[in-house]
Amino acid sequence: MGDRVMGDGVIGDEGGGAVRAPLLSVRDLKTYFFQDDGMVKAVDGASFDVFAGKTLGIVGESGCGKSVTARSIMRIVDRPGRIVGGRILLRSAKGTGSNEIDLAQLNADGAQMRAINGGEIGLIFQEPMTSFSPVHTVGNQIVEAIRLHRAMGKQAARDRAIELLRLVGVPRPEGRVDEYAHQLSGGLRQRAMIAMALAADPKLLIADEPTTALDVTTQSQILNLLVDLQERNGMAIVLITHDLGVIAEMADDVVVMYLGRVVEEGPVDDIFHAPKHPYTRALLRSIPSVDSPPRRKLPTISGSIPHPYNRPPGCPFHTRCPDVMPGLCNVVEPPLVPVALGQMAACFLYPEVRAATAAPEPAAGGGRTPAPLLPTAVGRR
Amino acid sequence: MGQGNGRRGNGSTAPAGDDLLLEVSGLKKFYPIRRGFLRKVVGHVRAVDDVSFDIRRGETLALVGESGCGKTTTSRCILRAISPTAGKILFKTDGGRVVDVATLPRERLRALRPQMQMIFQDPYSSLNPRMTILNIVGEPLLVNGVKNRQERIDRVEELLRLVGLRPEFMRRYPHAFSGGQRQRIGIARALALNPSLVVADEPVSALDVSVQAQILNLLLDLQERLGLTYLFVAHDLSVVKHLSDRVAVMYVGKIVELAERDQLFAAPKHPYTAALLSAVPKPDPRARSRRQPLRGEVANPAAPPSGCYFHPRCPYAIDICATDAPAFEEIVPGQWAACHRARELRLPGIALASSA
Ligand SMILES: Nc1ncnc2c1ncn2[C@@H]1O[C@H](COP(=O)(O)OP(=O)(O)OP(=O)(O)O)[C@@H](O)[C@H]1O
Ligand SMILES: Nc1ncnc2c1ncn2[C@@H]1O[C@H](COP(=O)(O)OP(=O)(O)OP(=O)(O)O)[C@@H](O)[C@H]1O
Ligand code: SF4
Ligand SMILES: [Mg+2]
Ligand SMILES: [Mg+2]
Repeated sequence: MGDRVMGDGVIGDEGGGAVRAPLLSVRDLKTYFFQDDGMVKAVDGASFDVFAGKTLGIVGESGCGKSVTARSIMRIVDRPGRIVGGRILLRSAKGTGSNEIDLAQLNADGAQMRAINGGEIGLIFQEPMTSFSPVHTVGNQIVEAIRLHRAMGKQAARDRAIELLRLVGVPRPEGRVDEYAHQLSGGLRQRAMIAMALAADPKLLIADEPTTALDVTTQSQILNLLVDLQERNGMAIVLITHDLGVIAEMADDVVVMYLGRVVEEGPVDDIFHAPKHPYTRALLRSIPSVDSPPRRKLPTISGSIPHPYNRPPGCPFHTRCPDVMPGLCNVVEPPLVPVALGQMAACFLYPEVRAATAAPEPAAGGGRTPAPLLPTAVGRR
Repeated sequence: MGQGNGRRGNGSTAPAGDDLLLEVSGLKKFYPIRRGFLRKVVGHVRAVDDVSFDIRRGETLALVGESGCGKTTTSRCILRAISPTAGKILFKTDGGRVVDVATLPRERLRALRPQMQMIFQDPYSSLNPRMTILNIVGEPLLVNGVKNRQERIDRVEELLRLVGLRPEFMRRYPHAFSGGQRQRIGIARALALNPSLVVADEPVSALDVSVQAQILNLLLDLQERLGLTYLFVAHDLSVVKHLSDRVAVMYVGKIVELAERDQLFAAPKHPYTAALLSAVPKPDPRARSRRQPLRGEVANPAAPPSGCYFHPRCPYAIDICATDAPAFEEIVPGQWAACHRARELRLPGIALASSA
């Protein structure tokens, strides 16, 4: 990944050659839930780019807004949730010029959005059980998804549905196609879900925890499947998962979210080997690994996620951060700006971030250098 | 059991003299496959097919295996959420008596329920969307005689705190919580009645790492404090390694390997276990490699292959594997496997940190 400037979404390619525009640019996305007893800022200013043929990983604590981000892009946010700000720019390469649509501005129930949802963008949901209807067979639902976006006869669509099920590794697809979601085990349901998302050959696949319910061998197959599909048709993938092992294997770039905000973003190698944000570092430390000693207390992040109705002022992480600088972190909100080549972080430990807000220098003489880079999970020997 | 459920004379995979909380033997659960207008039974899905294992009091036995191999079915049988087709499930009650859960009449089952609780795989469908968190977590208390509302509120508050949720949340409905938050609610509910056996079906797989670390610490901590015994169903082997004392590996309705944790990870005796271990994604992009997933498809439990169920996918299969079912035998002390070549193969495991 080359340098990128978030503001206008212009990207320098590493080859120094052609400047590639991202397939999808999310800018300052805000999605709030308006409930009687309070407002949840589920996504509160998220920005990132997704490139054709590349995989963007999104990680972050439970409830930080990953799924709501995915649902916002697809415009299927549940009531009382609403996109209240930001842009979701989808570029289609029709003709010569890039054709840019702001999904945030479309009517969520309109024809254009319905064509994009399931057409240009496929979504693998986090909860496969609730995304299949219990009263129709899995096959009929896939057939319907195909025919919604493709002019195809019933029999041809059924053949394609069986082919898709086979592609994602459902055994005996000719038989399974006529079964109901509840008859499938968790893993098979997830594969059927992936088959449905692939029905219309999407250019962008959003996979929300696609392998979470699966055992490792099946996970390997599914991840390989995603890589193959990507190599074959240049599909972009947004991979949402809490599994840092999966991120390490799959992602080209990684977005780390906390309380509805992107706190760090960068190439996968930097995220794992030179994490900048204290939250990213803490996440990496808390992974149990097959080659770490068993039944040992895992380092966790102190405190708990703040009440979603009362997000803290300043840096959203300051209430749990081991490096917090009182008077700064709890007052001013750090913006996400480049702090290293290709890597951005929203943390006042970095002079670039302080400069961007004209924040006062921390009292004790000019700001700490980033706390000694903790031995990350990967660096351990 | 020509299939060779070749356990020791006393039928135990645990050393004699251990305080066993649960002894499962010959457990089977078949689902009829019906076809046609008359819904005639044309075959059976052998979801759990002659499974035997024990759990010692206070230990964590992990159950791992490929999707659809019967882990959830096994755990649901143990709790009699479904009735097994055959087999014994001997459970030692708090009173010290041994009962067979598989055949226990309903009334007596109800009295037993508080002692065995389940944490579910799917935090989305396992919570009633029309109940507040207070009622969800407090329901088992109410059902088991805590009629005083304030007492229930106090206990729910305590439970929510125990699992790291804010007690103020208790009047909300599940939809307002993220997956991880919902799983904590499920754990609080399972712990409400101080169970002795907790069956946890993929309890942390829907959680992100930092919350997962908290829940794993919590489960270990609760085990120590309350003397809990866990049957821990999981697919994440790094989690299994972290939490378990012993590990049982299932493949198509059968246990193919059962061993002490360190033994199983360092020197697996079944090729399927070795395949599982090699598929674990490593949290380091520099260790990336093109994975070599197991070839072939998971066997169909309605029509399993001949011989060793794993033979069509096994890189070490020889002729006998296609014809004869291997016996489940103790290969080295404390390590059981069902593989014709278990004694000769040197399968790669994962080096242990303590010995590295
Ligand atoms: N329908 C809803 N009504 C009210 N609040 C909601 C709704 N859906 C989500 N939220 C809130 O929005 C926030 C973000 O939720 P989201 O589901 O995006 O989290 P997530 O990052 O996907 O978490 P997880 O890793 O647990 O899936 C949470 O605080 C959640 O409680
Ligand atoms: N009610 C049912 N009717 C028919 N077949 C069933 C039923 N429940 C489960 N099965 C089948 O039994 C087998 C075992 O399913 P089970 O849910 O126990 O697997 P699992 O190991 O928990 O898988 P996963 O890891 O995907 O959760 C599968 O082939 C499944 O399709
Ligand atoms: S800005 Fe401050 S509180 Fe936030 S992560 Fe950085 S050091 Fe911690
Ligand atoms: Mg989610
Ligand atoms: Mg299961």
